[in-house]
Amino acid sequence: MKQDKLVIGGHTFDSRFILGSGKYSVDLIKAAIENAGAQMITLALRRTNTKDAANIMDYIPEGITLLPNTSGARNAEEAVRIARLAREVGCGDFVKIEVIHDSKYLLPDNYETIKATEILAKEGFIVMPYMYPDLNAARDLVNAGAASIMPLGSPIGSNKGICTKDFIQILIDEIDLPIIVDAGIGKPSQACEAMEMGAAAVMANTAIATAGDIPAMAEAFKKAIEAGRSAYLAGLGRVIDKGASASSPLTGFLQD
Amino acid sequence: MTAKMEGGFGMIINGEKQTLIEPVSLDVFLKREGYQKNRIAVERNGEIVPKSEYETVIVTDSDLLEIVTFVGGG
Amino acid sequence: MSERIDEHTDPMQYTDDMEAIDSDLMEKVIAEMESFDPDQYTEKDVRAALDGDTCSVEDFKALLSPAAMPFLEEIAQKAQMETRKHFGNSVMIFTPLYIANYCENYCIYCGFNCHNKIKRAKLTAEEIEREMKTISDSGLEEILILTGESPKMSDVGYIGEACKIARKYFKVVGLEVYPMDSKDYAYLHECGADFVTVFQETYNSEKYKTLHLGGRKRIFPYRFNAQERAIMGGIRGVGFAALLGLDDFRKDALATGMHAYLLQRKYPHAEIAFSCPRLRPIINNDKINPKDVHEPQLLQIICAYRIFMPFASITISSRECARFRDNIVQIAATKISAGVNVGIGGHTGEEKGDEQFEIDDGRTVDEIYHMIQKNGMQPVMTDYIYV
Repeated sequence: MKQDKLVIGGHTFDSRFILGSGKYSVDLIKAAIENAGAQMITLALRRTNTKDAANIMDYIPEGITLLPNTSGARNAEEAVRIARLAREVGCGDFVKIEVIHDSKYLLPDNYETIKATEILAKEGFIVMPYMYPDLNAARDLVNAGAASIMPLGSPIGSNKGICTKDFIQILIDEIDLPIIVDAGIGKPSQACEAMEMGAAAVMANTAIATAGDIPAMAEAFKKAIEAGRSAYLAGLGRVIDKGASASSPLTGFLQD
Repeated sequence: MTAKMEGGFGMIINGEKQTLIEPVSLDVFLKREGYQKNRIAVERNGEIVPKSEYETVIVTDSDLLEIVTFVGGG
Repeated sequence: MSERIDEHTDPMQYTDDMEAIDSDLMEKVIAEMESFDPDQYTEKDVRAALDGDTCSVEDFKALLSPAAMPFLEEIAQKAQMETRKHFGNSVMIFTPLYIANYCENYCIYCGFNCHNKIKRAKLTAEEIEREMKTISDSGLEEILILTGESPKMSDVGYIGEACKIARKYFKVVGLEVYPMDSKDYAYLHECGADFVTVFQETYNSEKYKTLHLGGRKRIFPYRFNAQERAIMGGIRGVGFAALLGLDDFRKDALATGMHAYLLQRKYPHAEIAFSCPRLRPIINNDKINPKDVHEPQLLQIICAYRIFMPFASITISSRECARFRDNIVQIAATKISAGVNVGIGGHTGEEKGDEQFEIDDGRTVDEIYHMIQKNGMQPVMTDYIYV
């Protein structure tokens, strides 16, 4: 069988599960990553003081790609600042842009995201923008130099699943970059659904962080994502949702 | 950022006032304060300081420093 | 002055006076066509293409394959459903107007070719106006202006004047003239042109060079990239076609679809149209006949275009007989010509010049209009405003 790899910004991954590291104890990170089979993990950037006992980077196994996000940014300028700082910590060129200035729904601002993407891509970042699934904005992100597109399934942390399904499908069909469904994925079955649709990967955090057994849920997601991917590659079978063929034949007129 | 404009002596690190007796290199300062260089990024007066310049950049009592690191996030 | 192009000229090299744009569409289309083996597709692939919600490139290939022939009825049903979704019951009516038949190309299958002894002519501005007024009086609001391919005898200025006159009488002005540079398309857009159609004839460049022995048309990439240059020049929509029967029609149909598909991906605002011409007998050579492309195959291709790009306009030529046209506009085609005269100046009296090919369906605008109505569809003269 042909090797099935995820390629983002020239980097190759076997895993199609991007794991978030928020909202749970650093002690569990290693087990979660291992059970998830994840090769990429998201991080946030915050002020530090030396009194912090544990640094999350000490808990992340070697060889895992770090994907810093720009959470906290309310506009393009702030996102750019955070991205530059993150790169200076020394974790590679990946960055997940998220620009949010709506504290109620936490919906991303596509316009500011496009601006930040353009600036950072020019500076050599591998930019993975988080966005509301809008085809025109996605095209602008492609032109701005994005390395993948991360449309939201439903509002962050809602665990509601892929409420934006039809629009994500449009992105999958029309955009030549990996489409990674991010935010709102609450259950393994929803992650599986995204992969069946042809998403290149799934990013999840809250669903795992709020599970009863975090490492076990990480593993459940891993299996669901693999199953969905296999189903997509296999080509989904036939669904008969209407009766047999229509009444009068259309091709009766043919001669020749 | 307003703290600096008020002109009071004392440096501000991550929003908190701190006194610096005499100017030192950023490298020395960070070590003294107990920061791990490979875990942080530093912004001095709004500009990122590249790691390669830690030894040559001198911090003074009127500087505004932001020191950041990674935490869990989605 | 442009250099002479004959059968010794490399057809894959631009000449110095041609605008070479930076585009990878041609490579991609050719690669897709070359890797397409129509016989490799099975009943199962066709089944999958029919059952899917969207049509992938692989599905499109399956629909064009010989394995799809037994499914023709089902394919037509699906195409009809897609057409209804995107166009409702409407069918657009237009007419072509040939304003000149001078041609510098030597295309061995074409009645206008420079070695064919036919009566050559070009309409004056007054004659164009008279013809257009007559056509407009028949109720039509969309016109397609055609010339033979002679930049010398029918230069951009001449075509521009025709567009300006057309703008007075019609709401939509299409062009089917020789390929030109993007600045020329920009000028013609200023003069009132909305749409540009260029037939690639065949996408097999090896075959292409044996059929196009002289003239600028011999230069394959310049012709291929005409639609992209037109879009760059501000033209709203572009039309694509292979002349079915010149070469392996399945591969040519695949390439035509891919050409449109990739261009639309690159320029999402571009409106896309297909034409589906089969070879016709020409003056002084009535032995030319559509090779292998019988009615079922033609229907298959048109339906495959529809399912692959459900939003695209598909024109059915007056080369086809009334029976075929009347039926195909109920299935997949969305645009039909009426009151067609392919000679030069035939709408207002005596023809000044001979026609490009023989038409089959010579019905008037009224007749076509009523045929569409009688079949429960809605004839539409225009649905668009020039911007």
